[in-house]
Amino acid sequence: MNRIYFDHAATTQVDQAVADLMFEYMTDKFGNPSSIHGFGREAFSAVDKARQQVADLIGATPEEIYFTSGGTEGDNLAIKGIAYANKNKGKHIITTSIEHHAVLHTCQQLEQEGFEVTYLPVNDEAVVDIEVLRQAITPGTILISIMYANNEVGSIQPIEDIVRLGHEYGIDVHTDAVQVAGNYPINVTDCPVDALTLSGHKFYGPKGIGAIYVRKGTRILAIQQGGGQEKNLRAGTENVPGIVGLGLAAEVAQREMVDRVEQISNLRDQLIRGIMKSIPDTKINGHASNRLPGNVNFSFIGVEGESLLLNLDMKGIAASSGSACSSGSLSPSHVLLAMGLPHEVAHGSLRITLGRHNTEQEVNYLLEVLPPIIERLRSMSAWDGQSYSKKQEDYCSNCQLK
Amino acid sequence: MYTEKVMDHFMNPRNVGEIVQADGIGEVGNAKCGDIMRIYLKVDNDIITDIKFKTFGCGAAIATSSMVTDLAKGKSVKEAEQITNKMVAEALGGLPPIKMHCSNLAADALREAINDYQSKKESEQDE
Repeated sequence: MNRIYFDHAATTQVDQAVADLMFEYMTDKFGNPSSIHGFGREAFSAVDKARQQVADLIGATPEEIYFTSGGTEGDNLAIKGIAYANKNKGKHIITTSIEHHAVLHTCQQLEQEGFEVTYLPVNDEAVVDIEVLRQAITPGTILISIMYANNEVGSIQPIEDIVRLGHEYGIDVHTDAVQVAGNYPINVTDCPVDALTLSGHKFYGPKGIGAIYVRKGTRILAIQQGGGQEKNLRAGTENVPGIVGLGLAAEVAQREMVDRVEQISNLRDQLIRGIMKSIPDTKINGHASNRLPGNVNFSFIGVEGESLLLNLDMKGIAASSGSACSSGSLSPSHVLLAMGLPHEVAHGSLRITLGRHNTEQEVNYLLEVLPPIIERLRSMSAWDGQSYSKKQEDYCSNCQLK
Repeated sequence: MYTEKVMDHFMNPRNVGEIVQADGIGEVGNAKCGDIMRIYLKVDNDIITDIKFKTFGCGAAIATSSMVTDLAKGKSVKEAEQITNKMVAEALGGLPPIKMHCSNLAADALREAINDYQSKKESEQDE
């Protein structure tokens, strides 16, 4: 059976040229960039080149790029680093209720440490309201951290407006751009955020490597101590194979950006139209048009997400869902709930994230197999889509699902 | 993460559907948790002659519903009452730990259906 990969927001396949280059830096060119000898210098200049490639992808200078182990570390470093560096100015941070856990849990940790955090609500399309943000600002606000685009429903946030507002009040703005960098154009000159997180494996680079951009002059402290790598901001011997891989992936992404965005968003729109046409009682999640090129997210009333994913998997199709069961956690997606979806509808969500290797044939195949799967699951479903307020509400009162 | 037996009962569930004039109907779960199970019984001379289910839920929820109907069919009401969630999970070759609580409710649904049958029977006798 042919396998079809529709889960590019989870991770992507490493580009062959990227993998080949990484192999070279694990075998022949294995030096430590801190070493003075030829092996070290070889690795050092490779890291240098990669820093330039990553900087070019987002319109930054290489001095503003710091390599990390990926998106989670990048978010931790940017948020904690800026918070610690500015805590004498104030202890208030603003973020949103739809951030990735790398941001949410970092903010919760900072709350434990005495910072105050505001989690902004979003509208039903998962977009932050700039006026609500303005009202949340206090004299003690030191950082605004809002994702560039949401990983589950793809909605793109008004980051330029957010930055303008933050800077009006002298507040640093960080954005988690993990889903965006390498997949959609970003330029930190046009959209002058103070810090930005990106991750390699979301755009055909390797896992375990990422970077943060920190605007020159932004106050930030290291959160781990060791050797003086990355200008003392991120101690630890550089992951040279990962860094060269990230660099090349960034270069390829930048070169192919326009074509990829066009090709992938065409497939996305075709898929959205196809599903809306062929499956009744379906709700699209996220912004109708201002969404990531590869993101499609639907809720099918009466259907539970994990059942749907298993059925698709049997047909060779890999996708994901905001259902509790498919995430390995006990509650459905916090993003879908924050958008105001009832729990039962959140349980029935399907996320398809398209990538550069997907074809029209694959989209057509999904459009062919999905409607009968939904129909079959609905025919055996005990929930008809009516809201559920009978005595069963209490059945799970002692259940861990909240 | 699921056993072959779970996948079999999930992809080819036994006894799916409704019984129009059921002698007992039982329902547990709630849509908030992502699981609702409904079981329909037909009882003749205290024997479960027909049993059907409808379930909204994950793979484990559907597979346990299917399995409990298989286990209960043809049994006496008294025997069927003895079926536990644990027995259902064991008959399926086990469930992932996270599913043991939230999606393993099929025997509860069966017991609800039996209770419904018994209370209907009692009220008929009262008349």
